[in-house]
Amino acid sequence: MSEHIVQPRVYLMIFLALMAGTGLTVVAAFYDFPGPLNAVVALTIAVIKATLVVLYFMHVRYSGRLIWLVIGSAIFWLAIMFALTISDYWTRTWFVPM
Amino acid sequence: MEEFEIPKQPGSNYLNAEYGLKSWLLTKDHKRIALLYLGAISFFFFIGSLYAMAIRLELLTPQGDLMQSSTYNKTFTQHGIIMVFFFLIPSIPATLGNFLIPMMIGAKDLAFPRINLLSWYIYMIGGVITIYALLAGGVDTGWTFYVPYSTTFSNSYVIATGLGIFINGFSSILTGLNFIVTIHTMRAPGMTWFRMPLFVWAHYATSLIMILGTPVVAITILLVALERLAHIGIFDPAAGGDPVLFQHLFWFYSHPAVYIMVLPAMGVVSELIANFSRKNIFGYKFVAFSSLAIAVLGFLVWGHHLFVASQSVYAGMIFSFLSFTVAIPSAIKVFNWTATLYKGSISYDTPMLYGLGFIGLFTIGGLTGMFLASLATDVHLSDTYFVVAHFHYIMVGGTLLAYLGGLHYWWPKISGRMYPEGWGRFSALIVFVGFNLTFSPQFLLGYMGMPRRYHTYPAELVSWQVLHVLSTAGASILGVGLMIPLVYLAWSLRYGRIAEANPWHLPGLEWQTASPPPTENFLTTPIVTHEAYEFAPPEHKEVVGKFERQQPAET
Repeated sequence: MSEHIVQPRVYLMIFLALMAGTGLTVVAAFYDFPGPLNAVVALTIAVIKATLVVLYFMHVRYSGRLIWLVIGSAIFWLAIMFALTISDYWTRTWFVPM
Repeated sequence: MEEFEIPKQPGSNYLNAEYGLKSWLLTKDHKRIALLYLGAISFFFFIGSLYAMAIRLELLTPQGDLMQSSTYNKTFTQHGIIMVFFFLIPSIPATLGNFLIPMMIGAKDLAFPRINLLSWYIYMIGGVITIYALLAGGVDTGWTFYVPYSTTFSNSYVIATGLGIFINGFSSILTGLNFIVTIHTMRAPGMTWFRMPLFVWAHYATSLIMILGTPVVAITILLVALERLAHIGIFDPAAGGDPVLFQHLFWFYSHPAVYIMVLPAMGVVSELIANFSRKNIFGYKFVAFSSLAIAVLGFLVWGHHLFVASQSVYAGMIFSFLSFTVAIPSAIKVFNWTATLYKGSISYDTPMLYGLGFIGLFTIGGLTGMFLASLATDVHLSDTYFVVAHFHYIMVGGTLLAYLGGLHYWWPKISGRMYPEGWGRFSALIVFVGFNLTFSPQFLLGYMGMPRRYHTYPAELVSWQVLHVLSTAGASILGVGLMIPLVYLAWSLRYGRIAEANPWHLPGLEWQTASPPPTENFLTTPIVTHEAYEFAPPEHKEVVGKFERQQPAET
């Protein structure tokens, strides 16, 4: 399998994007958003940054289908963990003792 | 059955190819690394067994006359941590898996030999840190590290122990990674997926769990350390956290970890049952895919550990249902093994005795798990000795028996010597009797209400003491049964009969090379032309229902 050569310019742009994301996280921390939005904003920025790292620094964007399958499996398993854990939190208050 | 031409014993084998400590500590040979693991996990098993002895001695009488409650807390915690993380999880994969997977698929080594050696060093570093924590003062949280006790109240070495387990986890991940890449890319010509031995399929499924689950427990332990050091508030309700979240994260790994322990054991048993019945395994594809099904479904059931931990009853219902689904692939395996025995040419050599013992004990362990997966009965049985008995039937009756069976079965290949068969059978029976006497009384104790993790019980409950005495007596017998193989296997290294290349006369690739094998496993790359357990000539093929056995390829 031939190795994809990534231009240094791409790495630099991703690095700057990650730095910008970090700055945005710091700025967002000074604002108190309504409801659960504090966590939503912070997690959204974090997910975008992680995606950039996976796609470019880990070369997944230039990799074959098997690598995509591996990444997809990891995300799917993460989804299982979240979904079944949240099934507990969402339904805890449903049951009202007689 | 096609016979491979077995090469003559070469001038050197993997054991005498190089000499000196350095040749072992810097080896990249998967077989030598397997032996490094064998030595290390045997040491940890010995340490864990000492704690077990102390527990059983303490429970001999109702009073706490051997140790204080705080010491007892540390004793059962350290027994669990050593046995789970440093013996059971690496036991079969890191020793037998490491040794055999390349040989079974006709490869010269694993895909990443250096990473294989690295995994052993990581395991040792994690082990040394954990041993340090135990010697420095120990840890008393239970092997489960439940919060808030572990984060807020425990005055023991939680972080040091956690660090040892955290580091050890990477060893597991690297082993899993190595197996997956090896199985995908290094199979010999003709070794198709459905010609692979079921031992390899089981390790493939195990490796998936290792890679997908282990990072979660690593992060969870890290969060416990951060909570303890910096009080970040993930698990503390006062800071907006939730202690039950710890249990979700911990069991997301630690329930599948049970399958890390038992799937390789099932792989060993598939080999033993088919080969010592001299029959192709009944329903090869069902047994192979049931390993993958167990690996996947095993990730969906962790909530049954939380039925009485304030988890939502609705989530409890989902987890209860999902827990029952794991019984299906497990039952497929048990039924297929027993169907394999039917009309087989069974020989009761030591490995087969362990294999048959596994089937019975795993079945009891699995079925009692159904009691615990049921919401209503679990309320009564949770945190009692019933649970202790149940998981020891899986972990000891299952994994340990299969490990011993596998060790005997492949001992001629590993060491080049035969073990004494009479002593082997004798000790297998002693282990079986000792194990059952140890743990079957604990089902009754649990049902009668004896809680786990207590070092005293009411003196007026005579029946409880009788059962505890039986259990301790059984543990003594089990201990003797485990010491006997230690002695005769060590004896056989020097005095055992020289093993042939294929002492059991089997078709598996690992038997088609010298005993012990050369460093490169095979002098010429094997070409595989038949199924994994090809015993019957074509005119004796079985047709069962609509299923017809595949005809062997023309050779």
